[in-house]
Parts: sequence; structure tokens; C-alpha cells
Amino acid sequence: MITPQISSPLKEQEARSPIINDFCITVATVNGSGSATSNGILLRALFTMGIPVSGKNIFPSNIQGLPTWYSIRLSRKGYLGRIETDDIIVAMNPATFLQDLNYLVPGGVLFYDDSIKVNIPREDIVTYPMPVKQIVRQADVPANLRDYVANMVYVGVVAQMLNIDLQAVQRALAVHFKGKQKAIDSNWAIIKAAADWAAANLEKRDPYRVEPMPAPANRILIDGNTAGALGAVYGGFQLAAWYPITPASSFAEALGEYAPELRKDPITGKHTFAIIQAEDELAAAGMAIGAGWAGLRAMASTSGPGFSLMAEYLGLAYFAEVPVVIWDIQRVGPSTGLPTRTAQGDLTFAYFLGHGDTQYVILLPGNVNECFEMGWRAFDIAERLQTPVLVLSDLDLGMNMHIGEPFEYPDTPMDRGKVLWEEDLERFLAEHQGQWGRYLDVDGDGIPYRTLPGNTHPRSAYFARGTGHDEFARYSEEPEIWERNLKRIARKMENARTLVPKPVLQTHPGAQIGIIAYGSTDPAIQEARDLLLEKGMAIDFLRLRALPFTEEVAEFLRGHAHVYVVELNRDGQMHQLLTMAYPEYATRLRSVAHVDGLPLTARWVVERIAAMEGLR
Amino acid sequence: MMITQETSSPRVQANRVGLTRSDYRGLPSTLCQGCGHNAIANQIISAMYELDVVPEKVVKFSGIGCSSKSPTYFLSRSFGFNGLHGRMPSLALGALFADMSLKGIGVSGDGDTASIGMGQFKHLVRRNLPMMYIVENNGVYGLTKGQFSATAEKGLSLKRQGINPYMPIDICLEALVANATFVARSFAGDPKQVKEILKAAFSHRGIAVIDIISPCVTFHNQENSLHSYAWGKDHEMPLHDITFVPPREEIYIEDFEEGTVREVELHDGSVIMLKKLDHDYDPTNLFEALRVLEEAKQNNWLITGIIYVNPQAPTIFDAYDLPAEPLNRLTEDRLRPPRESLEHLNQIFGA
Repeated sequence: MITPQISSPLKEQEARSPIINDFCITVATVNGSGSATSNGILLRALFTMGIPVSGKNIFPSNIQGLPTWYSIRLSRKGYLGRIETDDIIVAMNPATFLQDLNYLVPGGVLFYDDSIKVNIPREDIVTYPMPVKQIVRQADVPANLRDYVANMVYVGVVAQMLNIDLQAVQRALAVHFKGKQKAIDSNWAIIKAAADWAAANLEKRDPYRVEPMPAPANRILIDGNTAGALGAVYGGFQLAAWYPITPASSFAEALGEYAPELRKDPITGKHTFAIIQAEDELAAAGMAIGAGWAGLRAMASTSGPGFSLMAEYLGLAYFAEVPVVIWDIQRVGPSTGLPTRTAQGDLTFAYFLGHGDTQYVILLPGNVNECFEMGWRAFDIAERLQTPVLVLSDLDLGMNMHIGEPFEYPDTPMDRGKVLWEEDLERFLAEHQGQWGRYLDVDGDGIPYRTLPGNTHPRSAYFARGTGHDEFARYSEEPEIWERNLKRIARKMENARTLVPKPVLQTHPGAQIGIIAYGSTDPAIQEARDLLLEKGMAIDFLRLRALPFTEEVAEFLRGHAHVYVVELNRDGQMHQLLTMAYPEYATRLRSVAHVDGLPLTARWVVERIAAMEGLR
Repeated sequence: MMITQETSSPRVQANRVGLTRSDYRGLPSTLCQGCGHNAIANQIISAMYELDVVPEKVVKFSGIGCSSKSPTYFLSRSFGFNGLHGRMPSLALGALFADMSLKGIGVSGDGDTASIGMGQFKHLVRRNLPMMYIVENNGVYGLTKGQFSATAEKGLSLKRQGINPYMPIDICLEALVANATFVARSFAGDPKQVKEILKAAFSHRGIAVIDIISPCVTFHNQENSLHSYAWGKDHEMPLHDITFVPPREEIYIEDFEEGTVREVELHDGSVIMLKKLDHDYDPTNLFEALRVLEEAKQNNWLITGIIYVNPQAPTIFDAYDLPAEPLNRLTEDRLRPPRESLEHLNQIFGA
């Protein structure tokens, strides 16, 4: 929370130089009023104009009636993390009207629904009342649709006043409504009427406006959950099980939207996948693990509370050596926590998940392109290692729209791992003195060969279990056999270091200190580095993309006097894992962690690091 | 009522897929001598042998408990997965999607199904996954040494446990109200009936729930208890005399006295012949099934037989448009969409 702005009267006549493509608009509306569509249209229109832009939806755990906010940040320089103040507020919700004004910078702009009859306590801002009801009434829209399109009024007014290209708005409408002409027309009618009204009735008294920018070609605008789901589609997922949970539901729903078209068998025209809504996350994990065991590329998507339930089954998958991919779109825990807010708080839970000695491969996508890539690559890693791969995204990355590069087609063929079908097994037996054991390490890498149900070779069957077993999958309680098996699995997991995505390193000449971070905090950290550089502090940045740690991490720690580990959780969970993995560098590691449910801001990072560095 | 001509002992003769009964065996049992579960494992072996099943086309599943150990005691040549306590249904469901030509045999217990696993059990039933789901029901937790299970009758007294204060759960009723398409109850002390029911259940296209009273000789075999051999032998009330006739075999109707037999034809053309006993019982009538179960519950009757069957109900696979070929044999060229499709998506999401 920031303190309220101190009010000093705005000198209207004072010439203010224009502020172009570098400000933040926050729209305050009521949940369930259709504002998500209006906000999405504004965001996409700005994106279409080539302006670097991000949208953050701050929404309640509610279907209808509670306040919700949507912040659109435009940044010429491409800083797309959240910022804590607003340059422009679109106030549509009387309930939060006064509170929202606290976030408006001096000289900022307030668009508001003129039916909100509240005295505006600020004299240092520009205000534009919008006659929402009147514009809706006068537009050619059926009466039963008026409530749904009322929020299009601010799209039209804001577009007109900020110089947003109305053609871009129209294109955004077409994308949003997937070409459904009736919906496009009724919304456009309101937008156009509102823009015309603003042109005729409002005098521009503020410095904010947008201009088209020559953006790099072929950028895309997409949310991380859809990106991850598309990755899974191209990764050949065959069974996805899920249970509804915010903020992960849209992941499975995106599978359901795109897979039917994209995943028709070229030979039979049938679907090559099944998506199953399970009765709970226990069952979702069980279905995925049953399928993974039987040779399908199997996955489940969930969030913290569901992930907790899956712990039971993932322990089995780890020990019975079953490939499976689980996406955890993190929200704020512990417990039910803040279901509609973002965090990176499931990291240590994921890493140590389950009773007994376990360890998991964890992928940490930091942007929508990595969501896509990890969406397919996770299956390759899981099948190669015959183990669960956990992908930790979060609500900010998963549910908000982000600008990305065009998706790149997978650059490697699928790795289905060590699977023996009938002829393979026959050959294997011939080459190995007639001996095959499900958990027998013949290659020395700890990774055994597996057969799959349906294999008709009379030697192919084995009995999988979560109980103690020997190399031939026979039940065993023998101390030596138990320990030998568990140590082999640990050795097997060592292969992960050569398979997981390496960290991304960004350096600055002469930098003595470093930042380590991961996931959705990337934009805030990029901005923070530049701000700190302005303060004379050069910082290198290592963005982790996976666990276990790869050799680059030790190298980074070795090369820096100290390293700030920045993350969105209370306890500094990555800081904890790094401290454990690199005790020799423990004193170099400094935790910069907090969690309040909102995406990280550069300002907070700069303040904390500057304070810890003794900078002012 | 001979239906087929068996000329020599089935135990040494190869069946139609060239296997002898020993090819269907498993490892030696590690359960107690006299455990009902062992009797059931033996009947599974016989049923599979007599049905000419190819063991590699069967996948075994189980949860946790004495019952769940038993899949290792039959069909060594079949894949199997002994999963988590109460979670076998989800495991089986995911696995069987890999190859729809495989047939699942699940073995669970009363604790595994009626306590920790009730949710998954009922959801498996409502999804009508084609598999045979056997509950080896003894009313007691064996591996943890003799605690009450959820199927133990109210008022039952067990050493060290005192008196059971709760009403029991009836697995067949739970299955029926969850829309099961095949529900049977049997008694491990009636191996002939167990075997015929197993054959019918295995041939049913859909979920086939069999609640088999399977006494625990160590912790719970009191004469006055519903789950004991003695009580079962004295009180079993078969609804009918069951004979399973595989699709290829001819039925000699003259073996049956006219009007004394009901026939239920299953999806694969096999027929369940149900010889009337005291009353005529129609297992395709859901209301009758519910009534007879409720009546048995109120009177402490151990009714056995095929309580309900609906041979034509759609299965979970019918809800999906999958190729007939096993999904787990599809190769990359059929699983990864072509490059052009991604270019198209990039345009859709582009500016």
C-alpha cells in the first residue's frame, strides 16, 4: 500500500510536455460486469499499435459484485512489470472510488462514470466525467445487452482521449469475439458512440497519449496458461486430468479448446488425446500417473491446494518411476490463502514433496515462450528420466496476457525414453544374456528400461508397486536391495542436470554483485537492474529455469561478491535451496523475498537492494 | 446341466489360446492359510483359463491391504500395478486409456473401497470404465491387525476393538446408486458361484463390481458374524444358479426345464444363464435390485448372485473419439501437429 497523494491544485494553464507511451492506466470495475472484455480490448489495441504493454488483473475470489481492477502499463522502454501508482484511473465502481484515487499520481487523469456522485477530494488531477448511461441508452443496442456493453463506453472515451487507434480497437474486437459479427457490431456501436461523444464534448487537458511504435514483427499476445497448454499439445500430451481450481482451470480449458483441432490423428481423423475432469486432484494425479505408467504422455494441471493433494501420488510416481508432468499454477498459500492472487510459494514444497527421500525435476517458466517450450519439453524429460516433472508457473504468468515472441516449433524430436516394445525386448534379451529387469540399470546411468501394458511379449509384464522391490520388480524388504534401489534412483536423477533448461545469464561489465530470480518476476527485475544502474550499481542477473541446479549456478555464485535472491514468498524459498546446495557460498546469498499477493514491482526490489547495499 | 463337453481334466489341457491353467498362476500367496482371498485368486485363475484369456491382454490393479496384495497371486504374465490406498480407480482409469483392448482386473478390500477409497470407487463406477472390480470384503483391517472396517456390522465385537458403533456400508448398494452397470455379490466359500460370476463380470463391457464376502480367518471369523465362513455357509441365499456361456458355445436349451431359466446376453455375445431358485429374480430390473439389497440389509441376509446387469450401457471410452489402435503405440508423426499449424497460431495470437 502506498500513502495517499498530497493534494496541491493543478495549474491547468501550465504547459506540460506530452507523456507518450509511458504510463499506467487502472480500470476499477465491479467483478462480473463484463469489464474483462473491455480491458482486454484496450490491451490488445495498444499491443496492435506496437506499444510494449502489459495487463495485470487484480480480481477477487468472487463471481459477481466485488471490486476488481485491471492495470495496463505502457512502456516505451519495454518495462512490463507491475507499478504501484496510476497515471490514469477509469473509475466505474462507486464502492472503491475514493480509495482508488489514492493511487493516482499528481497531475494524473480520472475518467469516471458520471452516475457516481461523490465529491472528488483531489484538485491536482484532471477529471473527465463519462455519461455512461446516456451513451448506452442512445446507442443502437438491444435493451437486454446494455448492461454487458456499458463498459465499452470507457473503451471509446479513453481511446479517443489518449489517441488510441480506433481501427486497432476494431481489430481487437474481432480477435476477442473470434469474428462473431453480432457481438462485434453491438460492442463497436458503443465504443464509436463513446469516442464521438468524447471528441465533441471533452477538451484534452492532460499530457498522456499514445503513438504507434515500430514494433518488432510477429510478436504475440497470450496468457501463460494457454501458452503452456499449446506447448503440451505440441508435446503430444495424450491424457490430461484436472479438477477446477483458480488459477489453473484455464490451462485445462485451453487444452480443451485447441487440442480437438490440432490433435486429430492424420490417419484416422480421431483424437489422439483424452482430457478428463476428475473428482478431485487425488484422482487427477492418479489418472495421469496410471496413463504415464502405461506409456501415454500424461499430465495434470493444478494450483497449490490441489498440488498438496497430489503429493501422495507423486511420491508413488517417483518411487515406481513413472513419467508424468504436473503444472502448478501457483497462487498464494498457505491453505486456501488468496486464491486469486499470485506467489512463488510452492517451491520448497514441490522440491521435497512426499514422505521419504524424494526429489523432483522442477521447471520454472519465466515468460509465455518458456511456458510453450516447457509445455512440450517437460514430457521429453519426464519420459527420459521416468519420473515426475513439475512445472511451476503462477497466476500472474498464467492468467495475465503477456507479449511474447512467436512460438518456435520444437527443435528436437520427441524423446520417448527407454521403452521396449515386443521386438525391442526380444533384441534386448538376446543382447543381455536373456535378462531384463524393470529396475535393472544396464547402461550405468541409473535409468532402467521399461515395458508398457499391451506389450504381448510373454516376458514383458512386471508388477509395479510403491512397496520395496528389487531390480526385477519383485517385492523385497531386503535392506541391501532397498538401499541399492533408492541410491540408483538418486543416480538416475543426476541426469536431470544435463536435460533441464539452463539458466539465463545477463551481465554488466564490472558488476560485482548479482541477482538470482526465477519465473514471473523477470520483468520487474529487468527494470530494477536498470534503475539500480542509474544509482551507480551494476548487477548481473541469473534467471533460474529449472531444478536441480546446473553448473552455471555455482559459477555465478563463485563470480560474485554477493547475490540477492529475489522471490515472491515469505521465507525466501529459493534462497533456502541455494543455501543447501551451495553451503560454501551461503554467506554470499541474501534473501529479498516478500509476498502480498501482487506481482513484484521494480520499485520494491530497488528499495530493498539499495537499503541492503547502504545506498540512498 | 452340462453345456459343453469337457473330455479331459481342464487342469492339464491347453485352452483355445494354447495355455494351461498353470500359465495363469501367480506367485505363492503370502496371506494366511485359509484366507478367503486365496480362494478368490484361485477362481480368477480358473476363470481366466476357462475363458481363454491372453494374459498379456489383462492389466491388474490394486490399492493397499491384504486384498491388494493378491494380484501377485494370479496372472504372472499380466502387467500389474499395486498403487495407493483407496486410489486404485484413478490409476486404472488412466492406464486403460493407453490401450482400450486391454481388460482391467481390480482387486480391492472393504477398507480400500468403502473407507479411504469411497470417492474414487463411486466415480469409477459412474464413469463405467470397462473393468472387473473385485472387493474382497471381510469387515476388518487385517494388515494393521484387526480394526473394524466400514462394512463391519453395527454391534460387532472384536478383540481389543470393543463394539462397533457404526452402521455398515453396503458396497453393492453404493455401486448401484452410483449407476453401476454390473453388480454382484458372492461368498468365497462358494467357489463355483464365484467363478461363474467372475466370468460374467470379466465379459461385461463396463464396470463390473463384485462384492465377495471373504472371511479373515485370523481377525474376524466368528460364527455369528456376517463375514465368517460359518455364517456364510449357513446363511448364503443365492438369487439364482449361475452358468456362464461364452459367445462361441452353443446353449443346449433342453438342459434347462422350460420357464426355469433367465438368459442375459452380454455385449460380446456371451450369455449368463440364471436358473431360478425360490423366486424368479430379474437382474436387469434396477428397482428389483435396489429392493432386494435393502431387504437383505434389513434382515441380515447374505444374498448372492448377479444383482444387477445392464449389458448395453455406454462406457467411458464411448465418450471419447479415440482411434481403435492403442494410444500408447502412436508415434510422433501422429502426436505432434505439423509446423504450419503453429505458424497459423502465431498469426492468431499476433498483432
